[in-house]
Amino acid sequence: MNPIEIAVKNAHRDERAARLLITICGIGAALVPFFIGGFLLLKGSDTFLIFGHSLGEFLLSGQWAPSDTAVGGGHVGAAMFLSGSLVTCGLALLISLPLSISTAIFMTEIASPRTRRLIQPAVELFTGIPSVVYGWIGLTVLIPFLRHFFIMPYGFSLLAAGCVLAVMIFPTITTMSADAMAAVPKTWREASYGLGATRWETISRIVIPAARGGIFTGVILGLARALGEALAVAMVIGQMKVFPTSLFLPASTLTTAIASDMGGAMEGGEYSAALWTMALLLFLLSFLFIFVIHRINRASQLKGRA
Amino acid sequence: MKLKKLIFIALAAVMVVGAAGCGSQQKADGDKSSSAAVSGSITGSGSSALLPLVKDAADKFKIDNQGVSISLNAGGSGTGLKQIADGSVDMGNSDVPAETKLSKDQVAKLVDHKVCVMTVATIVNPDIGQVVKSLTNQQLQDIFTAKITNWKEVGGPNEAIILVTRPQTSGTRALFKEYAINGAEESSNKSLETDNSGLLVQSVAQNKGAIGYVALPYLINDKTVSTIAINGVAPSLENTYNGTYAVWGYEHIYTNKEPKAAVKAFLDFVLSDTYGQRIEELGYGVSSKMQTKEVH
Repeated sequence: MNPIEIAVKNAHRDERAARLLITICGIGAALVPFFIGGFLLLKGSDTFLIFGHSLGEFLLSGQWAPSDTAVGGGHVGAAMFLSGSLVTCGLALLISLPLSISTAIFMTEIASPRTRRLIQPAVELFTGIPSVVYGWIGLTVLIPFLRHFFIMPYGFSLLAAGCVLAVMIFPTITTMSADAMAAVPKTWREASYGLGATRWETISRIVIPAARGGIFTGVILGLARALGEALAVAMVIGQMKVFPTSLFLPASTLTTAIASDMGGAMEGGEYSAALWTMALLLFLLSFLFIFVIHRINRASQLKGRA
Repeated sequence: MKLKKLIFIALAAVMVVGAAGCGSQQKADGDKSSSAAVSGSITGSGSSALLPLVKDAADKFKIDNQGVSISLNAGGSGTGLKQIADGSVDMGNSDVPAETKLSKDQVAKLVDHKVCVMTVATIVNPDIGQVVKSLTNQQLQDIFTAKITNWKEVGGPNEAIILVTRPQTSGTRALFKEYAINGAEESSNKSLETDNSGLLVQSVAQNKGAIGYVALPYLINDKTVSTIAINGVAPSLENTYNGTYAVWGYEHIYTNKEPKAAVKAFLDFVLSDTYGQRIEELGYGVSSKMQTKEVH
């Protein structure tokens, strides 16, 4: 065999080995969410199959008193945690969205390239801050601050949780929106100016509508993060087991309820089954979010083609 | 070439891990034959309230028994009981008796070692502690069920009461419920919950008018909160020993009927008089000093 043939053979062997390795890694990694989902389904279904509670009771009832035994017979109404989660997420979005969109517009449309180079890393830095740091700062700075300026009994409140979460999802929405706005072709802006539109008209009528898909994706990724955050929320929300009735009062969310009781609840008992069902609910909600993102992307692609 | 390197690194990693595994096994075998003290491995899991004590005991025990490896996990009393019942650990640590969480058949296979006593103290923010020194069981029950919502109703200043409590599955909460507030269910829709006793102390210290409960070990060297006597009896180890203070419970380490030599030696060490002094230093009570025959 001449040296060239040997080299070719080796190259082919390397190619095959690398292909195999990468295929295994890729498929393995892609399967992990399905394994997790399957496991949650297995654990979470105990509430309904073994302890005989109805889905309606779990989602709609506010009576939360599962018994911590394998016998069962308690109440597993998780509605207050579900509503707590949804309200905190909504509140975080309400605070964060205007700020994020403004920052994204500033970064792509208004700031000079040099300013932009300064702001972008600063925004990205946000994402790297661990949630325990956000929670701790919330606990020591935000809560006394709120208590000082508003009439509230504890300081721990939905408002505090909403503020902390708003800061946490801000970078996600901002970067996704800025990327989408930057991807709008320059010619579209020029055409708009050519028709006599002002800068604000160009931004509000051309750039934002064209970048809508990216902005929605950012919003949903942000929501998914807010929904799944446990630690920072647990530190500032007060974890009172009530429905979220006032911005200035404590409440609980799905994640904080799981985190506070998972250690003490006996595995295999009704209490832990109910907690697993809540985990399953969180999983399904984030699954729904991802599904919506795909729908949005597909819709905007179709529009682009037409 | 880069890929080749990658594969090589992956293989190397596998081999190193494998070799490490073999190495430790050989070492364990060697220890078994040579040392006179007990050896082997002990695994334990369960109560987070008991964990600091068991960890401390493990460190001290290993000084004289270098062949022993002890691995401990928290995870909660429920987890500890479940894991000792199905045999996945050697010791299951629990704040509550096994009967409360396991079935009769499961309990029958276990041996209970009452390693120490945990006294639960009622704590309040210092501004209340200066005025209110003692409460009756009835007053405590009314406070924690939110029947009494202002401190002036129990002889304190005109301040709203803020309840700071532990989660429903907490062992500390179970003791407090049974022995301090006559078995009444706390009104969980009026209280701030914290899943950690350390944070609870901090919360009570920072909120005016706050009241909560915590195990004595968390109050060693703590001046930020005040304790409240129940029916005039202060929450102290002496009062627990002589039976006048009622809010306490045994901390249990459960093993199966015939524990390994290493586990047995470790439990003997924890229950010894020399280690008993250390137990008191940490704020727990020594089981053998209990004069009352009651079982909590």
